[in-house]
Amino acid sequence: MTVKQISVFLENKPGKLAAFTKLLSNNNIDIRALSIAEASDFGIIRMIVEDVYNATTVLKDADYICSVTDVLAVEVKDEAGALADLITILGDNGVNVEYMYALTTHKQDVAYMIIRPNDQAKAIEALDKAGKRIVCAEKLF
Amino acid sequence: MERYYQPEIECASPEEIRKLQDERLVKQVQNVWDNVPMYRKKMEEKGLTPADIKSVDDLHKLPFITKDDLRDEYPYGLLARPLSECVRIQSTSGTTGRRVVAFYTQHDIDLWEDCCARAIMAAGGTNEDVCHVSYGYGLFTGGPGLNGGSHKVGCLTLPMSSGNTDRQIQFMTDLGSTIICCTPSYAAYLAESIHERGVRDQIKLKAGIFGAEAWTEEMRHDIEEKLGIKAYDIYGLTEISGPGVSFECSAQTGMHVNEDHFIPEIINPKTGEVLPDGEKGELVFTSITKEAFPLMRYRTRDICVLTREKCPCGRTHVKMSKPLGRSDDMLIVKGVNVFPSQIETVLLNQGYPANYQIIVDRVNNSDTIEVQVEMTPEMFSDNLSQVTAREKELVAGLKAMLGIYAKVTLVNPKSITRSEGKAVRVIDKRNLYKN
Repeated sequence: MTVKQISVFLENKPGKLAAFTKLLSNNNIDIRALSIAEASDFGIIRMIVEDVYNATTVLKDADYICSVTDVLAVEVKDEAGALADLITILGDNGVNVEYMYALTTHKQDVAYMIIRPNDQAKAIEALDKAGKRIVCAEKLF
Repeated sequence: MERYYQPEIECASPEEIRKLQDERLVKQVQNVWDNVPMYRKKMEEKGLTPADIKSVDDLHKLPFITKDDLRDEYPYGLLARPLSECVRIQSTSGTTGRRVVAFYTQHDIDLWEDCCARAIMAAGGTNEDVCHVSYGYGLFTGGPGLNGGSHKVGCLTLPMSSGNTDRQIQFMTDLGSTIICCTPSYAAYLAESIHERGVRDQIKLKAGIFGAEAWTEEMRHDIEEKLGIKAYDIYGLTEISGPGVSFECSAQTGMHVNEDHFIPEIINPKTGEVLPDGEKGELVFTSITKEAFPLMRYRTRDICVLTREKCPCGRTHVKMSKPLGRSDDMLIVKGVNVFPSQIETVLLNQGYPANYQIIVDRVNNSDTIEVQVEMTPEMFSDNLSQVTAREKELVAGLKAMLGIYAKVTLVNPKSITRSEGKAVRVIDKRNLYKN
């Protein structure tokens, strides 16, 4: 039901992000989705890749600090109001969104939102009940 | 015209000063032998009795004491007078790990204030002056010391304490402050602020007495030019009394040590051997007149040079250079003593690795301290607010330990420079000790 997200600690300095993406590129790792959360002196990269084990091994070997978190990938229609509809369901059920970002897909008319709710079980239950599609990793690649 | 607070002492012949020192030293050695068990024990370990110290020539026989001794004897171990005779406590700033408390009888306060009065008069102060004291008041010796000295000179004293720059400048313009006493970095900041407000022509300052932190000649020229004043250095430490242990005169080529109260020596910090005048080494003080808290051969850890050339100001007391460095790893940041070991303690207490680097800089004439810490998997989370909350906790822990704000920067593992396997703990970009 959930998707594995890799979070990476990155210093907020010129060239750091470039070196990071270069490392992934050199190891032929395709990034499906990515977001950056920034504090003053550092940032946290969150990303979805196909081979989580391979990517974390590459990162750890290069002395990056990273962690793996379960997040939800939820299908939304590519039309106005679809996201509002989705988030309203979570809000109505008392689920808070800690962060979220969008995912690219090859499918037409459909987008995926990566959501990190404060209460995973509650979120899944609420979305299920409302007939929203929560997809597993295989569906994304 | 050079002015003196106590010309008979300040300009006494070297022989007269020496005679005074001999008498006072012998008396002080007997005093600590009788009243402070630690001194008696240390002297006995060296096979000494007070009879072995007949003059300043014998001073080198006495054992040293260090900050560690003060810590071991905290709080009352070094008291040479009953508490009932003490009237004041002062303390070193913010360093909980190595806090030093010093005790004063009324006599001790008087001699300390005399020393500060000498410094104010050497800076041209008279009873016609308005002396604006912007050192911190409280446990820190800066404010109380200069305040007392200012009273003795008869200046109109403004006990401003530190901070609130708007109010400082308002008082300065409204009440016509003529002498400013503060840290050199605050003086530089005040100068900037005065220019920004466009009130330079309403400022009547003629002299500044700046101490409690290291500063360069460039900084002196900058402050002198911006404020149109003459800037004088002053040196001191809580352990010995406070500001005024030595002070600069109009020659501005070193600070006259108040030798009738404090005997300075320069030693080789590795061997403890006494070095001749003119050689660079660690400064050691013996306080020969203090009653409550007399320190004998106290190692300051400041690296200095003593010179005895005739001074054009007419004072005969030996001159010490500005401190040229430290023989330990202590940093002075915003006038506060900071030991890398204190920072390490906070890091370890909060579960961080001992991979850190301290970067001290001076931005717009104000000291900054940054602690870079290597991130660990345990500290990391996908949740930004959790990581920033940990960072804030570390900032708060450092503030509690050091007494000043230190910026925390989380860095990548293995990114802190290691030279030849040994981590470089401190990078001081201020270049304060270049001479």
